[in-house]
Amino acid sequence: MTYGPPDSAAAGAEAVAGLLRRRREQIAQRWADLPLFQAVFTVTREEAVEACHSVIDSLAAVAESGRVEDLEAPGFDPIQRQLAAMTASRARAGLSTSQVDQEVSALRDAAWDLLDAETVELGVEDTCEARTRLVALFGTLRVVVIEAMLQENQEIILRQRQQLLEMATPVIKLWDRLVAVPLIGMLDSARSQVVMENLLEAIVEHKATIAILDITGVPTVDSLVAQHLMKTVASARLMGAECVISGIRPAIAQTIVQLGLDLSSVTTRATLADALQWALGRDQRGELPARGHL
Amino acid sequence: MSQTSAEPIRLPIRKDTDLTAVRQHVRALAQRVGFGLVQQTKLVTAASELARNTLLHGGGGMAQISLVHGERGQGLSVSFVDSGPGIPDVGLALSDGYSTAGGLGMGLSGSRRLVHDFDLKSDPEGGTEVTITCWNDSLRRGFR
Repeated sequence: MTYGPPDSAAAGAEAVAGLLRRRREQIAQRWADLPLFQAVFTVTREEAVEACHSVIDSLAAVAESGRVEDLEAPGFDPIQRQLAAMTASRARAGLSTSQVDQEVSALRDAAWDLLDAETVELGVEDTCEARTRLVALFGTLRVVVIEAMLQENQEIILRQRQQLLEMATPVIKLWDRLVAVPLIGMLDSARSQVVMENLLEAIVEHKATIAILDITGVPTVDSLVAQHLMKTVASARLMGAECVISGIRPAIAQTIVQLGLDLSSVTTRATLADALQWALGRDQRGELPARGHL
Repeated sequence: MSQTSAEPIRLPIRKDTDLTAVRQHVRALAQRVGFGLVQQTKLVTAASELARNTLLHGGGGMAQISLVHGERGQGLSVSFVDSGPGIPDVGLALSDGYSTAGGLGMGLSGSRRLVHDFDLKSDPEGGTEVTITCWNDSLRRGFR
């Protein structure tokens, strides 16, 4: 989108680039006192001024290229890296996205005021065009910053999802050759895959002959969850470990039966304690052969 | 979530994580209506099955949870709507163990047994709507 004939837009952008270059030091000095820079660079003011310089230089490069509204303009890359780190630190300090956005939009004022001071030299028409380009440039800058913040949040969510997957499926060694998996939360396909892998690895590691899957913390057992559980039991069995599913609450038991799920091929117990007793009893009677070294 | 929900709650079913939202909302409302733990569990499980069907077979759609009043007192009704290919043979789809998605084939038939009312409308031209309702009549009639 352009606000005038293309050549006057280009002239405006060029005027903005000129302004940013000429007034680099003045703008940097004003920016360094703004909360956005001040709060991030707490050690020395020089550091903040340095950061301001690099942002101003990049903005000038964007203005020179004439692509003030183009998020993909090469100049925005270094800005994104620089400001993303800064806004992330502001967000960690507890500022909301709109508060950070306000701090970023405050950067425009310094350039705006200096442009005012140059009106006489530039002439009214060129100043107008330069103003339009300046507003566009800083508008794009805000979008760049918000995008960087969103991306940061996206990465946090992804990391947490991964952490949750790993955290929620520990395999515990309860006794010699006896492991247990306390399952917490909904067993979707991704979770049950992790559970299965962790369990099978633990069976090898601990030379387990019995594995207890405790579903006390699983809120809903529908046909897919049951299918996942049965697949896990079947794979463990292939590796020579017998499985018992414990933590079947009364409501879950009734639901499973009415749903028509057949879990009769799997040993089940109401509580983890019952399952443990069953497992130890089996071990003592020597019904399960001791595992040799693999 | 609003405290007074005379308005039905509409939830999109577009991806796996949407199923969690459906289960949580159904459970929260079932608790508010005063369903016992067993009835809550049954309704949530049925909703979980049907929401997954909406996603897998219907290619996504939406769920609508509403409080209803009838002869049997207060109840909770959940509708699942998709504009997928529809079910060509409803009788076959409702039989135990029939699956086209490699599942156990108990989802549709099983959820019918878990709820009081079950209504399935499917257009072979496309689009399926399943509505399940549970009534809070466990106190007066004894739990079935």
